[in-house]
Amino acid sequence: MTQPASGTLKKTPLHARHRALGARMVEFGGWDMPVEYSGIAAEHMAVRTRAGLFDVSHMGEIEIAGAAALNAVQHITSNDASRLADNQIQYSALTTPTGTFVDDVLTYRLSAEHFMLVVNASNIVKDFHWIAEHVKDVGGDVVAVNTSSRYALMALQGPAARGVLQTLTGVDLDALKYYWFATGEVANIKATISRTGYTGEDGFEVFVPPSAAERVWDAILQAGKGAGVVPAGLGARDTLRLEASMRLYGNDMDETTSVLEADLGWIVGWKKDEFLGADTLKEQKAHGTSRKLVGFEMLERAIGRHGHEIYMAGQKAGVVTSGTQTPFLKKAIGMAYLPAGQTAPGTEFDVDIRGRRARAAVVPMPFYKRHK
Amino acid sequence: MTYPSDRKYTKDHEWIQTDGGAASKVGITDYAQRQLGDVVYLELPQVGRALKKGEVFGTIESVKAVSELYSPVDGEVTEVNSALAQNPEAVNKDPHGSWMIAVKVTGGQEGLLDAAKYTELTK
Repeated sequence: MTQPASGTLKKTPLHARHRALGARMVEFGGWDMPVEYSGIAAEHMAVRTRAGLFDVSHMGEIEIAGAAALNAVQHITSNDASRLADNQIQYSALTTPTGTFVDDVLTYRLSAEHFMLVVNASNIVKDFHWIAEHVKDVGGDVVAVNTSSRYALMALQGPAARGVLQTLTGVDLDALKYYWFATGEVANIKATISRTGYTGEDGFEVFVPPSAAERVWDAILQAGKGAGVVPAGLGARDTLRLEASMRLYGNDMDETTSVLEADLGWIVGWKKDEFLGADTLKEQKAHGTSRKLVGFEMLERAIGRHGHEIYMAGQKAGVVTSGTQTPFLKKAIGMAYLPAGQTAPGTEFDVDIRGRRARAAVVPMPFYKRHK
Repeated sequence: MTYPSDRKYTKDHEWIQTDGGAASKVGITDYAQRQLGDVVYLELPQVGRALKKGEVFGTIESVKAVSELYSPVDGEVTEVNSALAQNPEAVNKDPHGSWMIAVKVTGGQEGLLDAAKYTELTK
């Protein structure tokens, strides 16, 4: 219940806004970030029913440019970046040689020879060193640059997001498809707008220069007043992404879990000639993995959370990676690693919650899917 | 927020409203519920359980956090507010009206704070 020593933490360009809005601040990945303004549940519901505005400026951007940029991106990430057109985005993994996660990333194709990876805040330095080292593997003309400090990033998420943002930009948002981006202006500030998010709702992420972040933040909240847009913090971001079954690096996967164990085979470009970890992942695809990430729901009143151990037939069988009582579904749900072969929906197990065993069952993911 | 003067407080942010008999009510303070955020789960002890001052008598969980509940006094649990356990979000709305357990106090009240001192502590 103590506030972090905010003097030692990094601050986003919107830090003063969060303080002024009365946000509760927490340390996250070395940053002093808002966890909630009006309350996690209220913000969660606002995003599901109206829209919420998130400061995600702590996320990192690493750009890869040069004649060999595509080769380099293909080498260091699992998904097939050759399938991207200009202004298109894909979810991918930055992989180790054993097919585990250095990070999970969004790959933006800015042009044929220029890509941008959006990476997790806590991994920016690690990722940059990893990328700078491994783009050299492919040879040719390519350079990696950590451009994180050049961008403030805001996410406007929820059914009202498009209508509100459209009042501030000339970019035709109706024509902007999911996982595509456009460049233009938002509130007269040069911006990149991508139709992406981490909430399971329709929404946009807006990249602007840090010096203009407050102006754009204020403009979006002002334009969204009538539609009930509220600022939303990392607490709601976490419960929203969990309901939508989106993985969180450091919780649901990391350098010890493979892309297939995380059940993300769809972000592997199986037809690619080569990438870091390809051999291991192909082997795992052919012969299976020993464990797999699943969704679960508690069958009794209790909340399985990150780190809680799982027992099957009295034996330790796995671990909960994420879990909470979610505000919209009003259920205690989560994700967990279970032994392969025991991951079918309906499979029951016990979660050890501070010494008490509580029953849970595997359920299909996603837990929540919006109506289109 | 003003803290009611009809009860005592702990440094761990519980309150106790003593009645001199078998039903001194225990809950958590407004400060505690604000720190926790949206409460979603409450685990309370069995009636008859003997408690020492400072002993964990239950668990409260919000969306984001898990926190333990500490007994303000030596005593025995005489009643459990199971209606509150079924509707734990009431703790956010009315923390000083949301008693969790009733206790028959057997020990002294050393170390408990009055409303003024507790208000000072939470500033």
